[in-house]
Amino acid sequence: MFGLENASGPLDGLLVVGVVLVEAVLLYVGYGALERVLGPRIVDALGGGE
Amino acid sequence: MELLGVSVLLLGLFAGFGTLIGLLFGFFGMGGSFLVTPALMVMGYDTDVAVASGLAFVFATSVIATLKHRDLGQVDYKLGVLMIAGTTAGIEVGKLGLHAMQDAGVADLVVSVIYVGLLGGIGAFITYRATSGDGGGGVDHDAATTDGGQDTPDVPAVAETIQSYDVPPMVSLRGGVQVSLWMILAVAFATGLLSGLLGVGGGFIRMPALFYLVGVPVPVAVGTDLFEIVFSGGIGSFLYAMDGAVNLTIVVPLLFGSALGARLGAASTSLVDEDEIKVYFGVMLLLGAVAVAVRKVGGLVGMPVLDAVALGIIVVAATLVAGAVVVSSVRALRGSKGGSPAPTAD
Repeated sequence: MFGLENASGPLDGLLVVGVVLVEAVLLYVGYGALERVLGPRIVDALGGGE
Repeated sequence: MELLGVSVLLLGLFAGFGTLIGLLFGFFGMGGSFLVTPALMVMGYDTDVAVASGLAFVFATSVIATLKHRDLGQVDYKLGVLMIAGTTAGIEVGKLGLHAMQDAGVADLVVSVIYVGLLGGIGAFITYRATSGDGGGGVDHDAATTDGGQDTPDVPAVAETIQSYDVPPMVSLRGGVQVSLWMILAVAFATGLLSGLLGVGGGFIRMPALFYLVGVPVPVAVGTDLFEIVFSGGIGSFLYAMDGAVNLTIVVPLLFGSALGARLGAASTSLVDEDEIKVYFGVMLLLGAVAVAVRKVGGLVGMPVLDAVALGIIVVAATLVAGAVVVSSVRALRGSKGGSPAPTAD
């Protein structure tokens, strides 16, 4: 995946860890935005709100 | 149907599994490699790929869970840095002990017995404290509503004793806790020693140690433990990635699920009355001990099928505990919407 199937060496190692880290941060930001938009409605629905 | 060379079914399975693990990881600060690595090995991946990919996954999930706990004011960076220093030294000494045992030809037996004993012992202890109803222990998230625990939470007796040792310099921690620097380093060293000896990440040792020995509130223990895992997981991932052992087709879909699960798990720490959850957490550790014992017996008697049995036990236990966390969270939400306060504090 991403041309990193045969990664080896310090540079490739850093690249792999970097890809994982970037994905983690993007997902954190993305799900955070989703939470802000949908969170209150879901909490209301789960909480049996109005 | 395939996406990026991987079947959509497998990607969906990884994402679902990731959600389950992320939820437990965000809530308890443990459970990542405990679940992922054996699962990947049972699925037929080589051991180095399973370990490396599990480690990379744990690293990324800990980043997400730590960010969420930071938002909730539940990460003590000072304590985290001290723990990293002490743990690193402990791991090095633990590794020396492991090598000595390997030279003596008793490493596998001793490590297995200590691992099973620790998992089972901690699980039994937490379950006992939770069911005895003395309110003095277990995975208690009562301080979750106190901005990282500014109120005085229940402090376990051992932690009170450790906090009473007035050996300068004293360190102020979140939750209004004051502990000698040397006590923190000693606890960190001891947990690192066990990690190095057992060859495990040690979240299941460190998180209870931060609560029962140092005396910080459980949400802070979880958040700070996760902060430490960011570094240990990152370094471990890098070392394995240099050998090309990290498989991104495993890590990327797992992360899609765990990123969501970790947010939910971390947020649940400020919602759930975990008097209900303590028992499940203890039972999960106890079943984990049984699963590890079953796997070790399988290895000893040459029955690979016991690996799958062990994984089945762990997955069922994890699913039950994650389900309990979700149900308790929803119940807490319903309680707060109904006019009564969410049961987050005694």
